Amino acid sequence: MSVLLDVQNLGVSFDTPSGLVRAVSDVSFQISAGSTVAIVGESGSGKSVTAQAILGLLPRPASINSGEILFNDVESHGAEGAPIDIAKLDPRSEAFRQIRGNRISMIFQEPMTSLSPLHTIGDQISEALLLHRDADVAEAKALSIDMLEKVGFPDPVRAFDTYPFELSGGLRQRAMISMALVCRPALLIADEPSTALDVTIQAQILKLIKDMQQDLGMAVLMITHDLGVVANMADEVVVAYHGEIMERGSTKDIFSKPKHPYLKALLKAVPHFDMKDGERLVPLREIKHEAGTLLREYVGAKPKHGKAPILSVRNISKSFENRSHKGLFTSSAAIKPTLVVDDVSFDIKRGECLGLVGESGCGKTTLSKIIMRSINPDNGEVVFSDNGEDTDLLHLGDQAMIPIRQKIQYIFQDPFSSLNPRMTVHDLLSEPLAIHGIGDATYRREFVQELMNLVGLDPRWLNRYPHSFSGGQRQRVGIARSLALKPDLVLCDEPVSALDVSVQAQILNLLKDLQKDLGLTYLFISHNLAVVDYIADRIAVMCAGQIVEVAPREELFRNPMHPYTRALVAAVPYPDPNHPLDFAALKEEQASSPAHWPEPFGPLDDTTTPLLNCGKGHLIRAHKKPSSAGGPA
Amino acid sequence: MLEYLIRRVFSMMLTLAAISVLVFIIIQLPPGDYLSTYIAELQSQGEMVDEEKIEFLRRQYGLDKSMPEQYFTWVFGLLQGDLGYSFEYNLPVNEVVGDRLFLSMVLNFATIIFIYMVSFPIGVYSATHQYSWGDHGLTLIGFLGLATPNFLLALVLLYFANVWFGTSIGGLMDPQYLDQPWTIDKAWSVAAHLWVPVVVIGTSGTAGMIRRLRANLLDELHKQYVVTGRAKGLSPGKLLIKYPLRMALNPFIADIGNLLPQVVSGSVIVSSVMSLPTTGPMLLGALQSQDMYLAGSFLIFLAMLTVVGMFVSDVLLTVLDPRIRLTGSTRA
Repeated sequence: MSVLLDVQNLGVSFDTPSGLVRAVSDVSFQISAGSTVAIVGESGSGKSVTAQAILGLLPRPASINSGEILFNDVESHGAEGAPIDIAKLDPRSEAFRQIRGNRISMIFQEPMTSLSPLHTIGDQISEALLLHRDADVAEAKALSIDMLEKVGFPDPVRAFDTYPFELSGGLRQRAMISMALVCRPALLIADEPSTALDVTIQAQILKLIKDMQQDLGMAVLMITHDLGVVANMADEVVVAYHGEIMERGSTKDIFSKPKHPYLKALLKAVPHFDMKDGERLVPLREIKHEAGTLLREYVGAKPKHGKAPILSVRNISKSFENRSHKGLFTSSAAIKPTLVVDDVSFDIKRGECLGLVGESGCGKTTLSKIIMRSINPDNGEVVFSDNGEDTDLLHLGDQAMIPIRQKIQYIFQDPFSSLNPRMTVHDLLSEPLAIHGIGDATYRREFVQELMNLVGLDPRWLNRYPHSFSGGQRQRVGIARSLALKPDLVLCDEPVSALDVSVQAQILNLLKDLQKDLGLTYLFISHNLAVVDYIADRIAVMCAGQIVEVAPREELFRNPMHPYTRALVAAVPYPDPNHPLDFAALKEEQASSPAHWPEPFGPLDDTTTPLLNCGKGHLIRAHKKPSSAGGPA
Repeated sequence: MLEYLIRRVFSMMLTLAAISVLVFIIIQLPPGDYLSTYIAELQSQGEMVDEEKIEFLRRQYGLDKSMPEQYFTWVFGLLQGDLGYSFEYNLPVNEVVGDRLFLSMVLNFATIIFIYMVSFPIGVYSATHQYSWGDHGLTLIGFLGLATPNFLLALVLLYFANVWFGTSIGGLMDPQYLDQPWTIDKAWSVAAHLWVPVVVIGTSGTAGMIRRLRANLLDELHKQYVVTGRAKGLSPGKLLIKYPLRMALNPFIADIGNLLPQVVSGSVIVSSVMSLPTTGPMLLGALQSQDMYLAGSFLIFLAMLTVVGMFVSDVLLTVLDPRIRLTGSTRA
């Protein structure tokens, strides 16, 4: 196979006020026509900068200062021409613009922000055609609709005139892909194309990229930190660390015989389903942390673990009105409220970690907000049990709620927006104490220092502002803040999904240790099954506002019974080339819609499906116990 | 949509009614009324005050009636287009305001257009060439404009306009056209006088506008969809206009509500200094002398412009931004 793109000794550096900073140095790799190469690495490894250099999209202070990028594409330089050295082209030049979006195109991580919210997706897709093909508007529209159909839009003609925010995350990414592929490029650069998506959607998008690759015969450069995605997609792997290439080779070799210590460490930092009980993740940089005396006191004062639930959620329902389905002239009477949380009940026992899994939009975050009383449900009750005293949180007045708020705390998903950038870490950590009037200034200062030690941060950093911390460090500040009030129950809403794999392992280990040391109870919400499998004792699977299956951790993933859980488990990419995703078995977005569930899980009639107990704490939503429990999906 | 419009118009009327009550109360708040101010003025000039005449005037103007009665008389008059009677000018308010309203609209519209024409190109340039010499230089000039007191600049410009072009000092037209019917020559004279106040008032506005546009656009320029556009192979100019600039405009459309009343009432100080026949100084005078109906009419008119401006900008935003048109807040 001919080499399509040949990157030789590429060096990119950023011109910063403190001098030149090398982001990428001496990077070389080749991409053959029609093949897939993956660049793996954590953030800051230079993988995205490499991609930006290939497409001439480097931010202003960055420039290529050595090496060449040879693009050997017949359509770009004619049959006899020599390969074009992209590194020598002016990124603003007409010649480069002819390649960009035409012969090389790119898809990005976040499908919402990478599409303009003010223009219809049809407008944005056909734009590339109008630029690069001498197509008129009608032709461009026809070709775009054609492409929308290819990427799996159910109604491409209607989709042409929709705005990005009217689409689900998966469809948005499909729109993005059709935009990148509409000119039939020779090379597609995919920058974390599935990271922001749910597992089931991720599997579909990966399948789509593979299908389109075969269809159009293009090469793919995949940039990702997810080794599972790499194992399933790539022919060759390039491992980047600190702007340099650590190791490269065929996917099989890389996974079976990793040589470089960095790669070995990376493989150990990823949670996977085959972990033994009690096996710990090994983060690249372990953090040391300790609980001080003030915190130890609070552990001693806690009631012992018991069978009694600390939190009982009973029959919670919540619906929202949705205006997006409303046409310009429909009256408000036609709006149907959507049931976001539908009759959900579960218990969390003291000292356990209950994992709550489900795709975005299934109502898991709404549920956690209901428990925090930041949203009021339509009906149901949330009973919090404190030293044998049961309180229904939903019927407490705002004043009576204040002491309870000390017992339940929240860790947020986004470590960037959940910390006030104008407050120092000291202010952030002592604010909960100030709000609840706990201790005097000396006590607070001492306690805050202890909190910093608890999450493995240097207490000397207390006067810094959040922006001087990395994402993982910020998340640790967020964790410390949630522990400032010595809570019993901590709600963790996707606390690691915004973090790198290596940092993710750090945070997961920290959360695990804190739970053990301080006797905490977690409700751990995540869409990442492997993460939940690593940290949770029991797991509840949520779909379309309902809990469809609850089981102890080892039971759920080894023996999933509900079709939705099975679809979820089947869609998780394993970091192992010998264990590929079964793309053929993927059902198009049907697993998450109750109407498509087979007997006995689907709705027989209008009556609600009950949760049945199948023994060993395994609950499942079905009309009768499934006969084929344990069999393949 | 129609339902929404009707609901909005209805709530606008309620708002205006509430404002009219407030305006009336605030004007009446200081002790005394126009006549007591008038008496004090006469006495300070050593003139005799004829008690009977005052009593007559008081009855004539309806000042002896109760507050609610006065209020309703005023409001019903307003609804029929009768703005009341100005004590100070001894004329119906309609006639007092007449030309001034038109001239101040001309002046302020010209100013707004001047501000937009100057600050848009500069703002876009500053944002796209952030931290370049051009950015710093233009920003500096903008700040100079913001920091220079308007009346000072006004005096300087008036002087040079007079020395170089022979334009008469002050006013919006040559003295011989005052109170004359409109002719081509009069309009020409207005145009010749207009540019000085436009530049004076405009310079202070451009700096703020440049900074705002620069900040808005800078925010947008770093968004991911701009990179997507570049990755598509769009040329920089096309990209800028189609995506980030379009997004950066929203705050300016939302600002129309504040702009409209400014068109009528803005620039009081400059107008006083340059003795411009606009409404600003007149409103100031009316408030000082408790010329109730004149001040009230002005304030109500400004309130109406604000409310209408808000309505216009809301409707425009709905039309221009699909996110506002198609999604709504979910009521929790």
